[in-house]
Amino acid sequence: MQTLIFRTTAPFLAALMILFSIFVTLRGHNDPGGGFIGGLIAASAFMMYGIAAGVEYVRRALYFHPISVAAFGLVLSSGSGLLSMFEAQPFMTSQWTFPTIMGVEVAISTPMFFDIGVYLVVMGSLTSIALKLEEE
Amino acid sequence: MEGVLSILVGIFFAVSIYLMMSRYTIRIMLGVAALSNAVNLLIFTSGRLMREVPPIIPEGASVPAMPTANPLPQALILTAIVISFSFLAFLLVLAYRAYQELGTDDITQMRVAEPADEDLPPVSY
Amino acid sequence: MAGNADHAVDYAAGMLMAPTSLADWLIVAPSLITIIGGASLVMLRYQAKWHGYLACFYLAALVLVDALLLSRVMVEGPITMTMGRWLPPFGITLVVDALGGLMALIAAIVALAVCVYSLADISVTSTRFGFYPALLWMMTGITGSFLTGDIFNLYVWFEVMLISSFGLLIVDGERIQLDGAMKYAVLNLMATTLFLVTTGYLYGAVGSLNMADIALRLREMPEGAAPMGTIATLYLLAFSMKAAAFPVNFWLPASYHTPKIVVSAIFAGLLTKVGVYALIRTLVLVMPEGRDMLSDLIAWIAALTMIVGAIGALAQNDVRRTFGFLVVGGIGSSMVGVAVGTQDAITGAILYAVNSILVMTALYLAFGILMRKNGGKVNLADLGGGYRASSWLSILFLALVFAASGLPPFSGFWPKMVLVESSLKEGYGWLAFSVLISGFITTIAMGRVWAHAFWRGGPIGTQDGRDAAPLYTLSEIVRRRVFVPVMALVAMIVYIGVYPSPVFSVSQYGAATLLKPDQYFDAVFGPVRAQEKERAEAQAVEGHRLNEASENGAVQNSEGAH
Repeated sequence: MQTLIFRTTAPFLAALMILFSIFVTLRGHNDPGGGFIGGLIAASAFMMYGIAAGVEYVRRALYFHPISVAAFGLVLSSGSGLLSMFEAQPFMTSQWTFPTIMGVEVAISTPMFFDIGVYLVVMGSLTSIALKLEEE
Repeated sequence: MEGVLSILVGIFFAVSIYLMMSRYTIRIMLGVAALSNAVNLLIFTSGRLMREVPPIIPEGASVPAMPTANPLPQALILTAIVISFSFLAFLLVLAYRAYQELGTDDITQMRVAEPADEDLPPVSY
Repeated sequence: MAGNADHAVDYAAGMLMAPTSLADWLIVAPSLITIIGGASLVMLRYQAKWHGYLACFYLAALVLVDALLLSRVMVEGPITMTMGRWLPPFGITLVVDALGGLMALIAAIVALAVCVYSLADISVTSTRFGFYPALLWMMTGITGSFLTGDIFNLYVWFEVMLISSFGLLIVDGERIQLDGAMKYAVLNLMATTLFLVTTGYLYGAVGSLNMADIALRLREMPEGAAPMGTIATLYLLAFSMKAAAFPVNFWLPASYHTPKIVVSAIFAGLLTKVGVYALIRTLVLVMPEGRDMLSDLIAWIAALTMIVGAIGALAQNDVRRTFGFLVVGGIGSSMVGVAVGTQDAITGAILYAVNSILVMTALYLAFGILMRKNGGKVNLADLGGGYRASSWLSILFLALVFAASGLPPFSGFWPKMVLVESSLKEGYGWLAFSVLISGFITTIAMGRVWAHAFWRGGPIGTQDGRDAAPLYTLSEIVRRRVFVPVMALVAMIVYIGVYPSPVFSVSQYGAATLLKPDQYFDAVFGPVRAQEKERAEAQAVEGHRLNEASENGAVQNSEGAH
């Protein structure tokens, strides 16, 4: 896909999609969205960037190997369930905290980290597959 | 409503079993895809059907105001869809690689692991 | 949102309020160790040389945790943990009873042995491909299956196990592996899909997914309210397919000889046994009525599986395929226990599964050593001179031959004895006879393997002891890595054979829990009942106080009216 328009717009579009994917992931607890769909959006952003600019640019932009990112997501997801150990509650019991950052109450919770882990798993594994396919 | 869906599930199963009895891997893959859809529909139906009543507890209450649609089958189906989709993707790649390496998509011709003209075991001792 | 709700939600009605002790975390530890272990190896993908050692470390931790779990179960009875504080049956419950704990422990030991062996057997390329993470994640699926108390969760663990096993099966991507993997993948996927279908039916009929809850509800249901026959038969078919029982066994000998020998070893040891375990769990614990209905059918399947396995083993030239048929035969023996269904018989089935896990893994690994020594020859006709190559190996292999055939003093003897005795007691004489006859044929098949591979001097056409094929010697470090796991497994087999009472008592306890599952139900629903009772008492006290208060108020009001 070597059209000039696509190559010029692809980085902006990809950045926008990744921003949107983070938004979708974070709103996912109470509204439609979540880590899975967010990860899909992010992965499609990387796929599109790979089609436009070439796979090696995506790999360089990602810095970490996508599969390593996915593995980190898996660790994050399973680790988020571990926090309830310190509260003498069973595995995967959600923990919530509401700190006020710059006058805004922010809800931080273990389900959020679980969702971020799912996001990374989906994004990493799908990006890895897509980049492999684009290389061939 | 359940009755209609049951018949649909039956049709799906019939299609998938018919396709999976084929000798060609690509048809088997299509059968597998149809099978996973059949299962998803089956779980959906077995959770009983109800129209347009999402299982959302209204603000201020701690139980739903009226009988709602069963959310559990949908969670099960979501899990099953993700799993069966990834399996289908894996199977398609596997079938493609097998076609490349073995030069055939006819499973009766795939005799590398079990050669047709294998020697009998020795009868000494 | 859980925290800042502006109305009072009564969490105690839906959640477990009692604190969870740290010791209960042992129940999730096996899954966590293997998941996080596998993920950490993937993150260290450029340090491939550490993968093997790290994986062995994680698996050693798994063995330790499983041993602690089992020892706790033997003292306290089944222990449970329900995820996310939801009350069972709504949350996913993990339950460890003696059966699950024993199987998980043996599986972890076998995986550790295979991992140590892989240090010498897995190339750097295969490590980069992700051999060790796949091994760890497969163990996640296997131990998860053994420790879960939720039937849909069991399905998910099955899939975890299956997808990692696909990765292990095609780790080199050779032609023969692709061929074997096609059959393995399609048929196993169909089996798990069938499992899901049945679970869908069961959910439709009973309305629950928690095994203890399903079992209780089915026991309370009037006769014929749920299509028990259909559901039990479908479960039987699905798990027979996973376990490779006749007539759905032919994918196993078609695929188990294609991957690397370490992969064959762990597959032969564990995957089919998970099917047997699931069969025992669903038919004996969850729907005993269904098992009673199907006992004759299961008996026929068991007998035919044993005979087909033994005769198939006799008919193969490729030794690894002989072993594949032996796995099938072992499944038949375990199913004998399910068919007879008394406490002794279930004990025998569990014991046989344990024996089969140890023996089949050790057999494949021992044969792998021989393959390394003779340059990868696998056909009976080409083998020979094994005794000259390594007298130790031939002794270990002979022990395994005896154990696989069910001869004393090895671990295969006791379960067969228990199975024969209990089937005779229940009037299944022909079943006992087929156990014995299949054992006899297996002895011939295995004796022939040993005689051809080790006893005679060289392959067909050479004179005994002279001009045999050249044999490779292994370097010291490789020798240590391949011999230690096999020796450890054989030592366990001999130990169980000579001194069976510890494993026997654990299996007996497991069988007792399955047949009289009050303990199991108490473990799952005990916290709920205790909490409900507490709440009821608290409410009664509260109500009493309110009543008193309102009476006093009424008195005061009446006084005020004056």
